[in-house]
Amino acid sequence: MKTKQLFASLLLMAYGLGTAQADYTLNLMEGVTSISKDVYGLHMLVLWVCVFIGIVVFGAMFYSIYFHRKSRGYQASNFHESTKVEILWTIIPTVILILLAIPATKVMLEMDDVQDSEMTIKVTGWQWKWEYEYLDSGIRFFSSLDEASNKARQLNSGIDPRTVPNYLLDVDKPLVVPINTKIRFLFTAADVIHSWWVPDLGWKKDTIPGFINEAWTSVEKAGTYRGQCTELCGKDHGFMPIVVIAMEKADYAAWVAEQKSAAVEAASAAEKDWTQEDLIAQGEKVYANNCASCHMADGAGIAGTFPAVSNSPVVLGDMNAQVELMLNGKGMMPAFGQMLDPVDFAAVATFIRNGLGNAVGDSIQPAAIKSLQAAIPEVVYDDDDE
Amino acid sequence: MSAVTAEHEHDEHHDHGPEKGLLRWIITTNHKDIGTLYLLFALAMFFVGGAMALVIRAELFEPGMQFVSPQFFNSMTTMHALVMVFGAVMPAFVGFANWQIPLMIGAPDMALPRMNNMSFWMLVGGILLLASTLFMEGGAPASGWTLYPPLVLQTGAALPFAIFAVHMLGISSIMGAINIIATIFNMRAPKMTLMKMPLFVWTWLITAFLLIAIMPVFAGAVTMLLTDRFFDTSFFNAAGGGDPVLYQHIFWFFGHPEVYVMILPTFGVASTIIPVFARKPLFGYSSMVYATAAIAFLSFIVWAHHMFTVGMPIAGELYFMYATMLIAIPTGVKIFNWTATMWQGSMTFETPMLFSIAFVVLFTLGGFTGLMMALAPVDFQYHDTYFIVAHFHYTLVPASVFILMAGGYFWLPKWTGNMYDEKLAKFHFWLSAISVNILFFPQHFLGLAGMPRRIPDYAVQFADWNMVSSIGAFIFGFSQLLFLYIVIKTIKGGTGEKVSDEVWEDAHKHGLEWTLPSPVPYHTFATPPEKIPTEHF
Repeated sequence: MKTKQLFASLLLMAYGLGTAQADYTLNLMEGVTSISKDVYGLHMLVLWVCVFIGIVVFGAMFYSIYFHRKSRGYQASNFHESTKVEILWTIIPTVILILLAIPATKVMLEMDDVQDSEMTIKVTGWQWKWEYEYLDSGIRFFSSLDEASNKARQLNSGIDPRTVPNYLLDVDKPLVVPINTKIRFLFTAADVIHSWWVPDLGWKKDTIPGFINEAWTSVEKAGTYRGQCTELCGKDHGFMPIVVIAMEKADYAAWVAEQKSAAVEAASAAEKDWTQEDLIAQGEKVYANNCASCHMADGAGIAGTFPAVSNSPVVLGDMNAQVELMLNGKGMMPAFGQMLDPVDFAAVATFIRNGLGNAVGDSIQPAAIKSLQAAIPEVVYDDDDE
Repeated sequence: MSAVTAEHEHDEHHDHGPEKGLLRWIITTNHKDIGTLYLLFALAMFFVGGAMALVIRAELFEPGMQFVSPQFFNSMTTMHALVMVFGAVMPAFVGFANWQIPLMIGAPDMALPRMNNMSFWMLVGGILLLASTLFMEGGAPASGWTLYPPLVLQTGAALPFAIFAVHMLGISSIMGAINIIATIFNMRAPKMTLMKMPLFVWTWLITAFLLIAIMPVFAGAVTMLLTDRFFDTSFFNAAGGGDPVLYQHIFWFFGHPEVYVMILPTFGVASTIIPVFARKPLFGYSSMVYATAAIAFLSFIVWAHHMFTVGMPIAGELYFMYATMLIAIPTGVKIFNWTATMWQGSMTFETPMLFSIAFVVLFTLGGFTGLMMALAPVDFQYHDTYFIVAHFHYTLVPASVFILMAGGYFWLPKWTGNMYDEKLAKFHFWLSAISVNILFFPQHFLGLAGMPRRIPDYAVQFADWNMVSSIGAFIFGFSQLLFLYIVIKTIKGGTGEKVSDEVWEDAHKHGLEWTLPSPVPYHTFATPPEKIPTEHF
């Protein structure tokens, strides 16, 4: 009796929660590509097959449980073998499986076919952000968790996630793609294995250091589609979302032009001389987005795991040694050499020497960083045998 | 001459009982004592692993980070899995094997009693070593129980200790498996031919072969991790010409049979319990044996279905999809056979039967989601989401764990001679059966809606079902304290009612163990039994 009451109140509670905030879903999304719709169709097919088998098997079982019980005086029969029945219930499932395998094979072959792609985007997974490189137009940028989510997700931040728009599913710079265009994606990773998943596209693909994976999509509907990393990749695995904005082709062309002129501007910013104040101001933002998740917002680090920046012998010591460590990484510290542009790199390198309780007093110019970055060798990839 | 003397000496020592005091439990070579040790250790680890699960569910109760850091959260998911798999479920079934296999085949003890003792204490050592990593610099391993490189190589001081712990657990399992095989092949009562063995013995025989085949593979994989980290090898390091995906292939060649190590003995116990309470022989005994063997064989050739998204060639994707779908056939046969066993029986619903029926139903649900994920293109959506978390917990908790509970209630009266409190046990069953569904069923919705697994925090549209799931987790977790209470109470005398030798009505038709006195004497079947039950023919 007690259990029934408990169950009823739980059901009510679940129901109440559901109606109070009715934006959850129960089923897979249909998505916005032909593949995602095929996958959805396959999902519904196999789901109904399971429901049907379940009704038959559980129906028989519960009929038996209800009627064939000792308390109803039912006498046990003694049958315990029937080759006929055994053959029957081996053959029927086999037929069902073959009927499922046929459409599944079709979708699988379609998914695998990256031929005739109109453009290619290379996706690189990093701990804990995504790098996108448009191989046709040369646009390249990093995409990481947006600032509002990042603040709210800190331990006991005091910020209610419900007040943050698209909590944990928003980024500082989304991936922009044109609609109705067959886009080939190349996937790799810089450190550990990640996995790139946008449910509306209908698939996920692992990004593996040293290897290149392929997949394709063609988005049918303009809109914003969100996803997340789905392969455990370290402490901030839950905090590297993916946002894809699909645009009309004309809008996309305008976006490409805008990105190209912004790149020219950034290049000239790297050439000019920066004042120490400007570098520190810029560096504080870069630190919050790139460094604070391990070294903490106040630079204290986490004892035993992530070294402190405040009063660190590396930071208080020779500037070149510090920059070298930041460029190439060490152990769990990622190599920021390719991750930050020269301005941001110089800014954060200057900031940590003159903030977070440190007061070395010197600074480094973006131009100096630029020449150091140019000396980093390109990563060479093994091609996967696909 | 010497043979005669040996026999004579043996006779003199015939009736010695257990050692007195604590030493009994340390040096024991008695299969019943070692079985008890395994079961108690497994029960303790069930609560340790369960506490870790509750840390996970407490953090996931609401969006936002409230209790633990993301790194510690990852350590919890990793350690929860390792402790539950290697510390709770596997040892519990070895405990059943130790107690029951000699009783079921009419043997006086296990074939290799000293090794039996050693394999238990190796297990304790391995688990303690693993648990000690929680207190090390950099924390316990946090790369998931699969220990994928390169991530696992970022583990702090804990890495070599975790690897040696895996080695010890592996050696312990292999010794246990050798012992079980040696016992079954050499020590059956004269009339106990292979095809007359109870199904529990059959499933353990097959499981033991799986263990011997796979544990060295896992040991090899983690040893390569060790040399990659400390001796500059590049097995899994692409920069040195290695391959991180190779690890996944090796791991899952171990890992897929490993999950069957936990489910095949489950099938065996269910096939033992259901006929007793249906008062009917098991339907399709020989097809059950063949289906078990078929599942074991298939388990070796389907591993890469855990890796559909790593970027395999299309031929690989298709092959592993087809092979995986085949598992549904022998598994289906088993479920149909259990249903047919119940059909036209004269059923009663004591606690062991309730847990067994819940197992058949809920394991079937887990099987359905397994079939769904076998379809590679759809798995591209399901993979690494809460959908798979729901799937494998359905095949482990209301399957393996429920059957462990069922077996506990089923045999405890035989072992102790005391009856458990049926009313309290039924309450424990209903509480568990309902809360386990509140816990895991909503996780299907979460996964389909797009929530990845192994994340410490989530977008707010996942909040409702996570809260429901956490409520279920806490009810389920604390309900198990009731089980602990019932077990202790039964050991200490139970309801006071003296149980008969067969305990359950007509159980003597179903197994040799029910022909022995209750409680089972310290030494049994010093001479092999003349007759064996023939009920399943």
